[in-house]
Amino acid sequence: MAELSQTVDMKERLSPALTTGRTPSYHDVTEAVSIVSEVATHRNWYIALAITSSITGMMGLMIAYLVATGVGVWGNNGPVGWGWDITNFVFWIGIGHAGTLISAILFLFRQKWRTSINRFAEAMTLFAVACAAVYPGIHVGRPWRAYWLFPIPNEFLDLWQNFRSPLLWDVFAVSTYGTVSALFWYVGLIPDLATIRDRATTTGRQIAYGIASLGWRGSATHWKHYEKAYMILAGLSTPLVLSVHTIVSFDFAVSIVPGWHTTIFPPYFVAGAIFSGFAMVVTLMVIVRWIYKVEHLVTITHLDNMNKVILATGTIVGYAYATEMFISWYSGNPYEKYAFMNRAMGPYAWAYWTMVSCNVISPQFFWFRSLRRNLPFMFVISIVVNIGMWFERFVIIATSLHRDYLPSAWGYFRPTFVDICTFFGTFGLFLTLFVFFTRFLPIIAMSEVKGMLSATAHEKHYLDEAVAASEGKEHVGAAH
Amino acid sequence: MAEKPSIHGLVADFDSPERLMGAIKAARKAGYSKMEAYTPFPIHGIDDAMGAKQSNLGYFVVCGGAVGMTIAILLQWWTGAVAYPLVIAGKPFFSFEPSIPIIFELTVLFSAFVAVFGMIAMNGLPRLYHPIFNYSGHKAITDDRFVLIIEASDREFDAAATRDFLAAQGADKLELIEA
Repeated sequence: MAELSQTVDMKERLSPALTTGRTPSYHDVTEAVSIVSEVATHRNWYIALAITSSITGMMGLMIAYLVATGVGVWGNNGPVGWGWDITNFVFWIGIGHAGTLISAILFLFRQKWRTSINRFAEAMTLFAVACAAVYPGIHVGRPWRAYWLFPIPNEFLDLWQNFRSPLLWDVFAVSTYGTVSALFWYVGLIPDLATIRDRATTTGRQIAYGIASLGWRGSATHWKHYEKAYMILAGLSTPLVLSVHTIVSFDFAVSIVPGWHTTIFPPYFVAGAIFSGFAMVVTLMVIVRWIYKVEHLVTITHLDNMNKVILATGTIVGYAYATEMFISWYSGNPYEKYAFMNRAMGPYAWAYWTMVSCNVISPQFFWFRSLRRNLPFMFVISIVVNIGMWFERFVIIATSLHRDYLPSAWGYFRPTFVDICTFFGTFGLFLTLFVFFTRFLPIIAMSEVKGMLSATAHEKHYLDEAVAASEGKEHVGAAH
Repeated sequence: MAEKPSIHGLVADFDSPERLMGAIKAARKAGYSKMEAYTPFPIHGIDDAMGAKQSNLGYFVVCGGAVGMTIAILLQWWTGAVAYPLVIAGKPFFSFEPSIPIIFELTVLFSAFVAVFGMIAMNGLPRLYHPIFNYSGHKAITDDRFVLIIEASDREFDAAATRDFLAAQGADKLELIEA
């Protein structure tokens, strides 16, 4: 009897149900996802758009003020030359990483549960990169010269960029990442846009979705090249996403500032990026699956899996903090040791311990299955994690800079209202883009979910057979 | 092209990927070779069943990557060692070690462009017209229908015989479509 129940449990574990309730038909999937963009616009949508676009507008005003006045309107000062600008840049870039991880790395690992969340997570990547891209251009002091970041020949510029600088590597890494993410996202959208085109009832929709889907027909030849392209893009995005935060960490690690000059930065930044990105996916998914009634496609199992990733990456981040501390002592370098003692016990101790409690302690609750599957609990933890990850970047930047070698060059960073409103404004931009995305585009990759349902039906058949065989029952064989 | 057939082919509409696959295998066995399937999602093994060759997109992507890599090396060497030689931290004008990140990024960027636009080009997109749009039920293909077309240009094609053959494979709907 015990053996029997074990076998049944094994079946669920080998192939957990990725939809709840009655298994949806292919048409049900089309219906549930497409309907979102087809119904009349709800009043609440306009309210949401009004709020988020006002916040974005505020960001625009802050940037206009900054450009007109100068970077002195920010809290950046003598020793702390990088303040919230770079903190927020790294924060947003990090958020984006979960999207690529879900769309590319989990695809290569054949994780079927990714199919109902990948479209949404990829959109999050793009929007987060857009928010991050706000900062490099405006923090250079003369934003009208920001195109000097790129090696473009022009009449003012007889000199060229310093290709030995990690800041220039960063320009290439982030712009490549943004471009490739957009391409990957669009390739995934083509078949789904064709579905919406074929359901269109008005000429306007037919033309708009018709152009966007490029005349996709869904022939076997189309799918053959499509699948190849998708596989190649996943293969390219996997090292790309790891390289992006590695290169972002080089901005710090290649310098010789105590507290920054450490070789652990690349893996530690990548783990932190995935950690914060997954937390952001959970925050948004908990709300969106409820608003758009797709709880049967984005199930608790999906959220449970994401919480496991949060637990794993959060633990890696905690381990990295401990390693940093150990090495600062073990290296015997007095400046390195001072930088870390000052980080944990100096004027920014409040920020350091906020970071530790949010990033190291809070994800540990996810060892418990019941908490991993508890919606309000995971919602709170996911927000706490992102607060912690924002503080991580702030702690790394501010604490390493604020006490230079000579006490005469010591200072303290305080954000101004321009810093705060600009950062708040980037959330407005992020959410405005989301508001448009969820209104006009399929938020779940329909063709992929249908393919997954088809594959699961096959697999279930074989599992049933295997279970029957292990139970010693005679299976009435069906010919394949 | 000698004469243009006014009939593109015979459409058979199935309700499941299994039926479609069965029909494709049977059609190949019966000697048909010019056929195309239309499905709402990619079906594993359908290319083998239809006797189609693998996509050769990968070769183009490798070429794209090589171009990106070459551009990155030339850009960094030419700007640093030829156009604007400047000694930075006592290092050589050009060396490979600090050039790796940008070489990697541009290789990936060019490969991705070729993968996406190559896929679109190999699929003949964007395209405004195709005979499949003459099939009355074509809009359901992107929803939940699995369609097989045996083209009129196939040597074995015979409107009546092919119709009987596909009906025997369990098609829910059969229709001759114009080119």
